[in-house]
Amino acid sequence: MKSRVIKVDQLARVEGEGALFVKINDGKVADVKLRIYEPPRFFEAFLRGRHFTEAADITARICGICPVAYQMSAVHAMEDAAGVRVDGQLRELRRLLYCGEWIESHVLHVYMLHAPDFLGYEDALQLAKDKPDVVRQGLELKKVGNDIVNILGGREIHPVNVRLGGFYKLPSREQFAPLVERLKRGRDVAIATARLVSTFEFPDFEMDYEFVALHHPTEYAMCEGRILSVGHLDLAVREYEFHFEERHILHSHALHSYEKGRGNYCVGPLARFNLNYDTLSTTAKQVARDVGLVPSVRNPFKSIIVRSIETIYAIDEALRILEAYDPTVPPAVEVKPRPGIGFGASEAPRGLLYHRYRIDNEGTILDAKIVPPTAQNQPTIENDVRRFVTKFMDLPREQLTWKVEQAVRNYDPCISCATHFVKLEFDN
Amino acid sequence: MPMKKPKVAVFKFASCDGCQLSLLDAEDELLLVAGAIDIANFPEASRRVVKGPYDIGLVEGSITTPHDVERVREVRKQCRVLITIGACATAGGIQALRNWKDVKDFARLVYASPDYISTLDRSMPVGSYVHVDFELRGCPINKNQLLEVINAFLNKRKPNIPTYSVCMECKLRGTVCVMVAQDTACLGPVTQAGCGGICPSYSRGCYGCYGPMENPNTSALGKHFTKMGKSNQEIVRAFRGFNSYAEAFRKESDVYEK
Repeated sequence: MKSRVIKVDQLARVEGEGALFVKINDGKVADVKLRIYEPPRFFEAFLRGRHFTEAADITARICGICPVAYQMSAVHAMEDAAGVRVDGQLRELRRLLYCGEWIESHVLHVYMLHAPDFLGYEDALQLAKDKPDVVRQGLELKKVGNDIVNILGGREIHPVNVRLGGFYKLPSREQFAPLVERLKRGRDVAIATARLVSTFEFPDFEMDYEFVALHHPTEYAMCEGRILSVGHLDLAVREYEFHFEERHILHSHALHSYEKGRGNYCVGPLARFNLNYDTLSTTAKQVARDVGLVPSVRNPFKSIIVRSIETIYAIDEALRILEAYDPTVPPAVEVKPRPGIGFGASEAPRGLLYHRYRIDNEGTILDAKIVPPTAQNQPTIENDVRRFVTKFMDLPREQLTWKVEQAVRNYDPCISCATHFVKLEFDN
Repeated sequence: MPMKKPKVAVFKFASCDGCQLSLLDAEDELLLVAGAIDIANFPEASRRVVKGPYDIGLVEGSITTPHDVERVREVRKQCRVLITIGACATAGGIQALRNWKDVKDFARLVYASPDYISTLDRSMPVGSYVHVDFELRGCPINKNQLLEVINAFLNKRKPNIPTYSVCMECKLRGTVCVMVAQDTACLGPVTQAGCGGICPSYSRGCYGCYGPMENPNTSALGKHFTKMGKSNQEIVRAFRGFNSYAEAFRKESDVYEK
């Protein structure tokens, strides 16, 4: 029997610690393991006994790249438990904060983590030696996203201004003013980015995914909506666990998610674009059409174009919110605890992020469950790798290894998040 | 002949990635930094790995598994200067909340098959296993402080990182004291500066991201919290945040635990 092994001991340009193992026997892929050896941190366990007002700050620490996503899912779940709905200006500002994180996270991935693969560079710093202007414009665009989070959240990593019911303090119009011009310039850069990345060479590779995302009738869903899959599921957030389950797999510290009775599914930019295309801004849709991107996009390598389109959207949306901004409302509504269970889901840059908490009458957390996007995508990533290696097995070893890494990076996996907090057993 | 650029490596243990992200978030300085140093091993940013030894190792994350104990010792051997970055690496991080519990119970709560999980009873700072040359505080660290520390070590001088409290930062930026004016509990008087006094400027109390300042009077603050009407449980939770296992915060939290 002829046997080949592709091994990447430490996946680079992903957030957190993971490895990839592929075994090929007699020209057939025998085994694929995305191994997540990031050590467990047990967030769901130590949240027990903490106060419901603390969940946003604590769960932010699950991920330094997408803390806003954790804060948003957490506050919505707690407000759901307390029977409070946050609306109007405060709801808009939460979207604005999320736009900042989408821009920052997507641009980081597009320019620093993903583009170097397409252009044949080890990293963006090497790329910067040959194309300094390209990298510089990426950094500048990323900074605009960070600055939204900075001004509204207090700092870009683990923002401090988010609380149950809204914010601690609302920035003045003057504080936001410099952002408007920069966002307008940023939109041009984002459009140029979408055009640039659409000229990259994409492998001929399409998958038949079960896409799952939040869906809202009138806006590109971020913090609110129903959980939708293509022509199949249409659920309230509180019904999530009836239809999805997590399994603990030996080779991963991240629990694998499956749709009950159906199998693996895909969350993230591709899912959102395909399910929510109609609610994108006019510019985002126009640029998508110009670069030949229309639903349904099933080539995971094209997620880099989708992230660029979503960046355009996030900029448009941020500008819309800033133009209508009226800081005369109180910064928060009151949220009083009552015993019960609360559910929250939001669209993290990497996809659906689900939180569920049970609290008592004083607001003490009795029970917590968190399902991050990368855990949900894990079986799908392994599936992509299996199909990719099967199709492109004849590529030279080094090239195939790089391409397979790239296939993992298509998902912008956030392993710090997915590790629910989980260690790699090397089975060499 | 051009000078050989110093080799810098980034290592990650149990953490959220946020502190090393601070380097990529230094959008205005990143290309300059990359011009001055050789980023020889930084997996979050690059496939490229240049073998050690390294002139500077930046270590993020706390030590929570037997394997990581071995790995951090190996990292130490490879780095001439070892700098820990962030609350996880300097104090054990939020995951040090396990240090008061039975970690086996924790594993059972999160994982269906806790036997698959190999983990230590405690989440500990890097300094409890190996010698650390400099500890940079914060959850997350401040990117300007990170650049200052790298700069200082490259130029063989002491980093200019103040060890006074967050109160000083509030005074410097002209923030009205939230504890005096709003009766809001604030850890600022015992917490090391570094963030810039962000929380009080957003009308909330400091929650201790940078850990205890030099010689903090935590017992006076604990008593003041009691006077403000805070319950023992609330005071325990206040000190048991992102730097719960830093000595001064740990001891003060234990005082209020029945």
